[in-house]
Amino acid sequence: MNRIADAFNKHKAFIAFITVGDPDLETTEKVVHAAVDNGADLIELGIPFSDPTAEGPVIMHADNVALSAGTTTDKVFALTEKLRGSIKIPLVYMTYANVVFSYGTEKFAEKAAAAGIDGIILPDVPYEEKDEFDSVFSRYGIDLISMIAPTSENRIAMIAKEAKGFLYMVSSLGVTGTRAKITTDIGAMTKVVKANTKIPCAVGFGISTPEQAAKMAACSDGAIVGSAIIKIIDQYGKDAAPHVGEYVKSMADAVHGVAAEG
Amino acid sequence: MGTNPEGRFGIHGGQYIPETLMNAVIELDEAYKKYKDDPTFNAELTDLFNNYAGRPSRLYYAEKMTKDLGGAKIYLKREDLNHTGAHKINNCLGQALLAKKMGKTRLIAETGAGQHGVATATVAALMGMECVVFMGKVDTERQALNVYKMKLLGADVVPVTDGTGTLKDAVSQAMREWSSRIADTHYCLGSVMGPHPFPTIVRDFQSVISKEIKQQLMEKEGKLPDAVIACVGGGSNAIGSFYHFIDDPSVQLIGCEAAGRGIDTPDTAATINTGRLGIFHGMKSYFCQNEYGQIAPVYSISAGLDYPGIGPEHAHLHDIGRAQYVPVTDEEAVCAFEYLSKTEGIIPAIESAHAVAYAMKIAPKMDKDKIIVITISGRGDKDCAAIARYRGQNLRDD
Repeated sequence: MNRIADAFNKHKAFIAFITVGDPDLETTEKVVHAAVDNGADLIELGIPFSDPTAEGPVIMHADNVALSAGTTTDKVFALTEKLRGSIKIPLVYMTYANVVFSYGTEKFAEKAAAAGIDGIILPDVPYEEKDEFDSVFSRYGIDLISMIAPTSENRIAMIAKEAKGFLYMVSSLGVTGTRAKITTDIGAMTKVVKANTKIPCAVGFGISTPEQAAKMAACSDGAIVGSAIIKIIDQYGKDAAPHVGEYVKSMADAVHGVAAEG
Repeated sequence: MGTNPEGRFGIHGGQYIPETLMNAVIELDEAYKKYKDDPTFNAELTDLFNNYAGRPSRLYYAEKMTKDLGGAKIYLKREDLNHTGAHKINNCLGQALLAKKMGKTRLIAETGAGQHGVATATVAALMGMECVVFMGKVDTERQALNVYKMKLLGADVVPVTDGTGTLKDAVSQAMREWSSRIADTHYCLGSVMGPHPFPTIVRDFQSVISKEIKQQLMEKEGKLPDAVIACVGGGSNAIGSFYHFIDDPSVQLIGCEAAGRGIDTPDTAATINTGRLGIFHGMKSYFCQNEYGQIAPVYSISAGLDYPGIGPEHAHLHDIGRAQYVPVTDEEAVCAFEYLSKTEGIIPAIESAHAVAYAMKIAPKMDKDKIIVITISGRGDKDCAAIARYRGQNLRDD
């Protein structure tokens, strides 16, 4: 399965994060389609967790809404399968270690693979703990996506060397959420990444405007946006799909317009 | 490759945290390794223990309680007599001293009952460090006095409204805060939980409890205790009380979990008795959770035991059968709170009352030549209003 690599081939990639089940599964389905139809190159589907320690207030709230609405891991698998029926771009889960571990990592990987998932991001599984999950997911052709943070410094090369799918570069200290300014030297991080791996790297955390997205994509291979999309869903509820579509179009256009070698 | 084996207790423990925090815990681990056997560091810490916190804490023979229960001889390890009124100060002095050596100028902490928050605010004042304490909104209400104390000591108290507004949410928020400001900040974790090296560091600083019990009982009785009983939330006073007895198989180690309204009800925080294996707050251990791994909204009358997990070393001691973990209900704990007050003139923290309650159950069945040590982890002033309320009496006159 090379869907993830393909997503970065044509141009810089725009990656959209959507919490599954916020405000309900029907809306998520429509929102995902709207994002795909408007140029998203990869979709991160957030499986809600009760205590998401890497998330800021916006995604935390979305997780709560989704869980209160009765979203479960099994329902997420079912929706993924349905989406995969017509969506060709890569779909990646983002959730927390306990959601996978508690389900049974093997059983989780089997069901995720059957539903058509290409990768998984577990923000509370760093390099030191990844083998426990990677050894299972790799057997099912699912890439465990590694993250690099502004504090990673001497760890970047080590992480990049073993990275799969794409590398998630965290733009700023702290948790997810929009930021007025990103001050980390992403270009310097990308340089170390590129010296150690061929897989693409995309920047997330804090990006909300087309200008920011273009700037981040210029010094990496793509931009990831979560909280800004979740805010739109929070504002428009069940009617969010066209609004998300419009926003994704502005972001994807900005990212796709960045010259391939920035 | 793979987990640092030092960070594991059997299958438990580990470092399940965001990449952003990895270098911070590695830096902490390296600093701790450098200082833990350093004579100057240890001399400074011992001086703070003895001259600031008032150690060693007393091992008191509870004669009236012993006679009343009519069985095993009961000793109370009086951590409630420490400065700030609980065992929490042991860990805070150790971590703050370490943080200072690391060049940190700011301490952040989570707190449940407020005892760890007060202890952190205290050492921050002592050492001239900035301090921010995260406390569940619900807990700020049921432990208002401790909130006042923390502010008086110069700390900022941040009420956490997420989730259940209790200890687990305060831990999550402290972790989020740490990941946003690492360079000058040390996260002074209050229990034997979280990612490696915290469970080891906190255990080592609290192990002074069992070290003293062993010496003091040897002086008084010339032998080891038959049982050591302590309450367990995350489990810091319990591991501190157990640690130097782990290799003495004749000593029964008993941790008392908060059963809340009962382990057959959803209103419980008894992790070993009702939880299952999971990964949360940086560690693999047992957690109260639903079938999909969502962390359960736990309940206990005690804000300090109201946590859905347990430290990884306890989980391991449970797995290998070295320690046993028993549930104690709100009602049993409140009865023990009242009993110890009336019988010995000692008002224990409601957390510690869970340990007293279990001792009251087993002491009468034990021979008179047997010895039980109960760790009174803290004093109960902070709980009086809540216990009065539990008994249907309102102490507030406004």
